[in-house]
Amino acid sequence: MTIAREETYDAHLLSFVLRLADSALIASQRMAEWCGVAPMLEEDIALSNVALDLLGQSRHLFTYASDLEGGSRSEDDFAFLRDPHEYLNYIIAELPNGDFAQSCTKSFLFSSFAKTVWSSLLDANDSRLRDIAAKSLKETNYHVEHFSSWFIRLGDGTDTSRQKILEGLDYVWPYTNEFFDDDSILISLEGVLKMKTNTLWTKWIEGVTNVFASARIDLPSTPDFICSGKYGIHSEHLGHILAEMQYLQRAYPGGRW
Amino acid sequence: MYNQSLDKGPLKDDGRDQDEDRRIEFEHNVLAGYTVEPKDWMPEGYRKTLIRQMSQHAHSEVIGMLPEGDWILRAPTLKRKAILLAKVQDEGGHGLYLYSATETLGVSRDLLYEDLLHGRAKYSSIFNYPTLSWADVGVIGWLVDGAAIMNQIPLTQCSYGPYARAMVRICKEESFHQRQGFELLNEMMNGSEKQKEMVQNSVNRWWWPTVMMFGPEDKDSVHSKESRTWGIKRVTNDELRQNFIDVTVPQAEILGVDLPDPDIRWNEERGHYDFGEVDWTEFWRVVSGHGPCNRDRIEAKRKAWEEGVWVREAIMAHALNEKVVDRHG
Repeated sequence: MTIAREETYDAHLLSFVLRLADSALIASQRMAEWCGVAPMLEEDIALSNVALDLLGQSRHLFTYASDLEGGSRSEDDFAFLRDPHEYLNYIIAELPNGDFAQSCTKSFLFSSFAKTVWSSLLDANDSRLRDIAAKSLKETNYHVEHFSSWFIRLGDGTDTSRQKILEGLDYVWPYTNEFFDDDSILISLEGVLKMKTNTLWTKWIEGVTNVFASARIDLPSTPDFICSGKYGIHSEHLGHILAEMQYLQRAYPGGRW
Repeated sequence: MYNQSLDKGPLKDDGRDQDEDRRIEFEHNVLAGYTVEPKDWMPEGYRKTLIRQMSQHAHSEVIGMLPEGDWILRAPTLKRKAILLAKVQDEGGHGLYLYSATETLGVSRDLLYEDLLHGRAKYSSIFNYPTLSWADVGVIGWLVDGAAIMNQIPLTQCSYGPYARAMVRICKEESFHQRQGFELLNEMMNGSEKQKEMVQNSVNRWWWPTVMMFGPEDKDSVHSKESRTWGIKRVTNDELRQNFIDVTVPQAEILGVDLPDPDIRWNEERGHYDFGEVDWTEFWRVVSGHGPCNRDRIEAKRKAWEEGVWVREAIMAHALNEKVVDRHG
C-alpha cells in the first residue's frame, strides 16, 4: 500500500513538473518565431531574450523530470520524442502568435499566471521546485513588466492598436480558464506544492486587473470555455509546432548534434 | 555579423572640407594614432565613407539574423536551440550597437533602414545564400563568422572611436560564434554517415561565397590613398582573404571535410596556401541583387517593418496621452 501511494505521488509530481516544463518550452518556441521580424530591432532582442529565459526554465524542469523518473529520459527525449498527447502544457502557450497585439496579450496573461505559480512555489515542500521557482520568478517579473507595458501602450495608443488589442484579447482570454479549473494534480499534491487554484486566481486577477485599468480596457467575464492541455488534450496547433520542432530528431534517430 | 568591403573609394567631398589646414591636421592626428570622436572636426568624405561602411555593417547584422533564425525552431537539441537563439540575438545587438554608432555621425537610423528596405543600401553578399540544412548553422559559425572575425579585428583599430569600440565588443562575441560553429560540425562529423554528408554538402555550398566575403581582388578594388590615410581600412581584401584561407585549411583537415577547391595547396615559397580562381561574376551578380535570397531577405524585413507601423504609431500616441495626463493631472 505504501509503495502504491508513493508511485501515485511521483507520477503526479512528474505530471506537474512536465506541465510547467512543456508550457515554458512551447511558449519559448512561439516567442522565438518573432526573432528577426518584430516591429523594431529592440523588440527582436527583447523577445529573443524572453524566449531564452523560457527555454532555460524548461530545461531545468526537464532535468528535474528526468531525475524523478530515475534518469531514463534526457531533456531532449522529453522535448523531441514525445507525441502531442504526451505534452501537458496549457493550451494558451501553443496558440498562434497572430499579430503583435495578440502576441503581447497572450504573453501578458500567461506570464502573469507564471508569476503567481513561481511565487507560490517558493513555499513548496520540494527544494528542487523552490530553487527553480526562485530563478524563474526573477525572469518572469521582467516578462510581466514587458508585456504589461505593451498591453497598456497598445490599449491606450491609437484606435487601430486598441482595436487589435481587443481582438487579441477576445481570442486569447477564454484559454485562461485552464489556469484555474478543476485540477486533480494540484489537489493530490497539495501537501507538497502548498498551492490552491483559488489562491492563484485571486493573485492573478488582482495583477491583471490593475493592468487592464491602465490600458482602459474592461476585464472580460470569466469564460465557460473547455480547455484541457494540462491533461494532454490539445488544440490542433501543437501537432504542427512539434512537427517542426522535432523534425531533425525524428528524421535522423540517434544522431549526434 | 559582418561588413563587406564593397567600397569603390571614399565618397567625394562636397566642398565642406576645403579647409586644408584642418584636413592636414586631421590626417596628422590619425596617423599619430589619435582616435576621432563624434564632436571632432572631420572631412566630409571621411564622415560619408564611415556612414556608408558602418550602416552596411549594421544592415548585414540584421539581415544576417534571418538565414540562421530560420533554424531556431528546428534546432535538434535544447542546448543547440539556446545557443542559436543567443547567437541570433547577439547579431541583433550588434546591429543596434552599430546603428547607434552610425548615428553619432549625424544620420538617423530610420533613414538608414529605409535605404536598406528600398534597395538603396548594401549588406554582406553572404546572407543572400539559403540555409538548407542544420549543418549550415555550423558552417555559418565556422566559416562565415570566421571570415567576419578576420575582417573585423583590424577594425578595432579603426580611427573612428565609436566604430572601433563597437568592434572590440562585437569581435569577442563573434569569436564565440565561430567556436560554437566548429564544435557543432565536429559533433556531426562524429555522427552517422548521413550527418557527415550533410556537413560536406554544406561546406561545398558555403566555401566559395565565404571566400568572396572579403570583396573584390585588390587589383579591382579602388582603394584610395585616403581610406588608408584616414585609418578606416588598414588591411587589404587580398591580405584578409589569404589569412582566412591559411587559418581555415588546417581546421578543415581536423574536421575531416574537403574544401571544394582542387587548387588549394601549401606553397612553401610564399609561406601561404595557394587557392583557385574566385567566380567574380557570381559575386557581382549577388551584390547587384540577383543572389538566390536577395529578394526574400529584403521582403521579409520590409514586411516586418510595414506590419510594425501601427505598433510604432501606437507608442508615440500613448506617449502623447501620458503627457496630456501629466499636464492635466
